[in-house]
Amino acid sequence: MDDAINSSSPRRVVIDPVTRVEGHGKVVLLLDDQNLVQQARFHIVEFRGFEKFIQGRPYWELPMVVQRLCGICPVSHQLAAGKAIDQLAGVITLTPSAEKLRRLLHFGQVLQSHALHFFHLASPDLLFGFSSATEKRNIFAVLEEYPDFAMKGVKMRRFGQEIIKAVTGKKIHGLAVVPGGMNKHIDPAEVADLTAQVNEVIGWSQEVVNVARELYLANEEYHDRFAQITSPFMGLVDATGGLELYDGNLRVQEPDGQLFIDQFDPNDYTQLIREQVKSWSYMKFPYLIDKGQDEGWYRVGPLARLNACDQITTPLAERERQRFLLGYATPRQSPLAYHWARMIELLHCAEAIAELLPDNDLQSGQLSVTGEPRHEGIGVIEAPRGTLFHHYQIDDQGLVTQANLIVSTTSNNQAMNESIRRVAADQLDGQEMTPELLNQVEVAIRAYDPCLSCATHAVGSMPLQVELQNLAGQPLAVLSRDSSGNIETSSQ
Amino acid sequence: MTSERAFTLDDTEVEFEPGDSLLTAALASDRYIPHLCAHPDFSPHGSCRVCLVEVDGHNRPACTTAAQPGMTIRSDIEPINVMRRQLLQLLFVEGNHFCPSCEQSGQCQLQATVYTVGMTDLHYPPLGPRRELDASHPDLLLDRDRCIGCELCVKASSEVDQKHIFSLGGRGTHTQLIVNSEHNQLGETDMTPDDRAAHICPVGVILFKTGNYAQPTGQRLYDQQPISAIGNHRAEDVDLPPTP
Ligand code: SF4
Repeated sequence: MDDAINSSSPRRVVIDPVTRVEGHGKVVLLLDDQNLVQQARFHIVEFRGFEKFIQGRPYWELPMVVQRLCGICPVSHQLAAGKAIDQLAGVITLTPSAEKLRRLLHFGQVLQSHALHFFHLASPDLLFGFSSATEKRNIFAVLEEYPDFAMKGVKMRRFGQEIIKAVTGKKIHGLAVVPGGMNKHIDPAEVADLTAQVNEVIGWSQEVVNVARELYLANEEYHDRFAQITSPFMGLVDATGGLELYDGNLRVQEPDGQLFIDQFDPNDYTQLIREQVKSWSYMKFPYLIDKGQDEGWYRVGPLARLNACDQITTPLAERERQRFLLGYATPRQSPLAYHWARMIELLHCAEAIAELLPDNDLQSGQLSVTGEPRHEGIGVIEAPRGTLFHHYQIDDQGLVTQANLIVSTTSNNQAMNESIRRVAADQLDGQEMTPELLNQVEVAIRAYDPCLSCATHAVGSMPLQVELQNLAGQPLAVLSRDSSGNIETSSQ
Repeated sequence: MTSERAFTLDDTEVEFEPGDSLLTAALASDRYIPHLCAHPDFSPHGSCRVCLVEVDGHNRPACTTAAQPGMTIRSDIEPINVMRRQLLQLLFVEGNHFCPSCEQSGQCQLQATVYTVGMTDLHYPPLGPRRELDASHPDLLLDRDRCIGCELCVKASSEVDQKHIFSLGGRGTHTQLIVNSEHNQLGETDMTPDDRAAHICPVGVILFKTGNYAQPTGQRLYDQQPISAIGNHRAEDVDLPPTP
């Protein structure tokens, strides 16, 4: 890819969020001399500082510290770090209570995150169209035009948060994960309260899967084509190849559906993937070692998991998985299919929660165990956005000496660039930039649900700037949109 | 009718015993005055100044001011609380306090006092001092970043444990907790988890290496009730190491 730099007369289009208040990203499109988009570079300011910041800290602080990595999925970081510190504490097998409490917590987290993403961020695009007016592309417009549907989204998210609160003591940034287990059971009154709601949540989840499917299929050909790229998919699977979100082995599926690798022990992940550093990005580029730096990029997240797994353990979600793949001999590749896959996972989480809630182990039983401490711990889970790796080393005193985190967005880094390139290639006509380009780049980015602070802006108002540059780096034209949705164009 | 051994605290009468300080008399009558470095088992030295009160129009630390009949004490008044907030803000910026991930959060007297007194920001730029974390002891951790220089561990170690393990060194904002050993390392001392000094820290400096974060969020000491209702030193009862 980087050979684009050496191509003759490349021009650069820079897409840059105007405000840096909540962090920023930037997209650079490299054009060749025929004005064809050769490369997209999505710049993301990553939290690499955390890996340094936690060095020298006691390892048992990790779940608490690293959950501050992200305001959207703190529970995922807490759990991944928790699995790593189990190993540091020498604990391989948790007690049934701890294991089930963690699973319940994880299902609650994935459910609330998926609901947030679909209802708040994606549904305005899907319901009103990618080019609809900015004022319409937000949850408030959805609430106004589809009040019943939108309220279900709000309530489903709240249900997920209530599970998080029941397990960790707080809706956000509570702490339940301790080395070798958990620090509390779930209260019987909370179980009763959640049980009373869960069947309704399953019903709503079915409805929203229907909506996601129908929206996708209503314009299937276009949606299949939109920002489409082809890549392998990675995800955890259980011992039978089924969808597994909390604990399992890694599977990588080729674009033709064949398995590149299966039942790969995540503790050996450094033998499977490596991270490439590129001079222009703070974020690393993980790749499958055997495929090499240029060809080895892959995708993670709901689409990857649904494509890669053989089945889902819960019946309603399994039926939807089969519908999702119906007529497809090979994995679905369109980024927009992420939305549909995400809602099938949401249904799975709701069903899995219903299965877990009656389990007495949630309310009683031993919570933690101890073991012989070790110097290295690796925790891998399927966060809402995809496979999440936490890897730590500690010294004899229990202080962190080394940390490596590969967050889901990092795994999708190259895929996002490729999807943006595809959109830009379809949208750019010469050097003519349109507001539609901004919209479509944003829709492509959002499909991956990246952990970006800039992506938390309301839909249609992600602050962006498109800048066309010539070889000498001089801007030829600028197209920008501020967080109020105002668009400005200027030619240099 | 004012009793012979009584003073008024915010317009209510508080009786005292001979030798009582304003703080001990107030606490004995279940009247809370914010404080950090004072402890009922040790002689007060008035270093944190958080127990500042207005005594007959003059500002004095309640922990070192002897109770006198007929005194008029004002504690919960805005000018005094403004000063308390400033003192607490200074304690925060002189150390490195990151409550969200601090194990003592929810059980910390400094944090609980901050909530009670209504401090909502740091106000002053953090000084970000560099302080050594000491994990050399097999069972205990010393996180000096959070030290407020109250000297309770110094007193507990010398007066109760008879080990003289701690002292304060340096001056002003450079004051640091020192371990009295060859290399200033806790692992070189004979401190044990049973020592009084291991349990007395009002903040998150002296911690155990096992049983961490055992108190669930929502069930920690000050999650349910403010420090003004349950007092400062109950925390010592809840940080005992778990039975292996
Ligand atoms: S010691 Fe107290 S005030 Fe300091 S970081 Fe910990 S909880 Fe916060």
